[in-house]
Amino acid sequence: MDKKKEKQKLEIISFLKGVQKQILESQVWKSMFRHSYADTPRNRILMIAGNIWLHIHPAKLARHAYRFKFTWCMGGITFLMFLVTVVTGVVLMFYYRPVGEYAYADMKYLEFDVPFGMIMRNMHRWAAHAMVITVWLHMLRVFMTGSYKPPREFNWVVGVILLTLTLLLSFTGYLLPWDQLAMWAVTVGTNMASATPLLGHEGPFAEFVGVNSRYDARSALLGGSLVGPPALLRFYVLHCIFIPLAAGALMILHFWRIRRDGGISGPL
Amino acid sequence: MVETKKKQGRSLDKVYVWPYLIRIEAICAIICMLVLTVWSITIDAPLEESANPTKTPNPSKAPWYFLGLQEMLVYFDPWIAGVVLPVFIIIGLMVIPYIDINPKGNGYYTFNERPFAISTFLFGFLVLWIALIILGVFFRGPGWNLFWPWQYWDPHKVVALVNVDLSEKFGIRSYLLASIFGGLVVVGYYVVGTAAFFFLWRNSFKEMGFNRIGVTSFLFLTMMALVIKVFLRLLFNIKYVWVTPWFNI
Repeated sequence: MDKKKEKQKLEIISFLKGVQKQILESQVWKSMFRHSYADTPRNRILMIAGNIWLHIHPAKLARHAYRFKFTWCMGGITFLMFLVTVVTGVVLMFYYRPVGEYAYADMKYLEFDVPFGMIMRNMHRWAAHAMVITVWLHMLRVFMTGSYKPPREFNWVVGVILLTLTLLLSFTGYLLPWDQLAMWAVTVGTNMASATPLLGHEGPFAEFVGVNSRYDARSALLGGSLVGPPALLRFYVLHCIFIPLAAGALMILHFWRIRRDGGISGPL
Repeated sequence: MVETKKKQGRSLDKVYVWPYLIRIEAICAIICMLVLTVWSITIDAPLEESANPTKTPNPSKAPWYFLGLQEMLVYFDPWIAGVVLPVFIIIGLMVIPYIDINPKGNGYYTFNERPFAISTFLFGFLVLWIALIILGVFFRGPGWNLFWPWQYWDPHKVVALVNVDLSEKFGIRSYLLASIFGGLVVVGYYVVGTAAFFFLWRNSFKEMGFNRIGVTSFLFLTMMALVIKVFLRLLFNIKYVWVTPWFNI
């Protein structure tokens, strides 16, 4: 009885190995992956260099660069949170219309009727908040390790712009639920624009420029003199198109320059 | 010297990214996604009643990450707290690599080799940014008055407005004289402060140069000016230090 089971087991294993061989040696598989999985130094390098997503890394790194204590993983987590907001954000865009009459109703629709609508919205919002926190912690880590010092000065500048864009992404998204929380938080935030020196109608020296409440820095941002439907549309376009594209382009630059500037910082 | 050699030896020790780094990244990503998913299943994003331009909530708070700036609105006019300060923060962060030319502490944690840079940054980040956000989220209630987190938010709480301008504390009644007095105080603060920086750093003037010390002292003095104004308001009820027909500081 036992012997029979043993034999069956071996038969299954040899069958699976045959299937594995068929797949790994097929033309389709070989056209996609040009190296085997055997644990050799050559394959370890090819795993990184031959993969478009992983070749952002070098094949080998200094030992200290792996330490969680050194990097806190914060840059990577920030990028992960960004990817989560992109994926969930695209799903939300299927259901949400940035129109004064519909926006709030679409939020309720997402919450109660759309399958997985609520969890998509929750993940989008919490990932966005998490991204704000992790990007701050990333900046703190980079500062504490002095990683902005030559030759990485300019990448720090790019990082500061990305930090600002992260806050702007979060701020423009804050208006989209079109509820009381959204409208008044954005009212408080954008009121500041009307105090811009020279360009805001309540700012210093405004009287010399001649701006008024319907034609100044804030009205350019809002498309009107208060947070109304034109502001909703503007924030939606900024939130879904302009800022993500700008942030994406700068992220490519940011990641590329890490390698160009000599990889992750370390004691020289 | 021995220390440097030890560090050099460590950085030359290279390890394969596959699997050693990819493994850490994968585990880190899985843990983050798990936490985020469980968090999103259990805690719903807030959704209040529909937007209503005729119904202003009290207090109206900006998104939490801007509450440090909103807190500054108590002490400064909107053009400073809402426009000039954020611009200075962003520009100030950007110029850090160009004004901090201390070659030490590049790529490892150290406090002793760069005490000024680290204490200034941590003060700005932890006290002026993070602590003020916590204050704004948990301790500010209706009318932007201070409340303990467990206290009832009384919308009718009355706080007497007894703030006066700095010039009035010194008995100056004429508006023109008050303007001149305030201007002298503010300009004098920057002149004396900058001079102090140049004096204290006179030995490193050759490497740093005029521009670096000038920008560093201006940014540092501006950051400290926030703290000074907060204390002037809280301890002496000072509204403005400098009044002019166009702007007040």
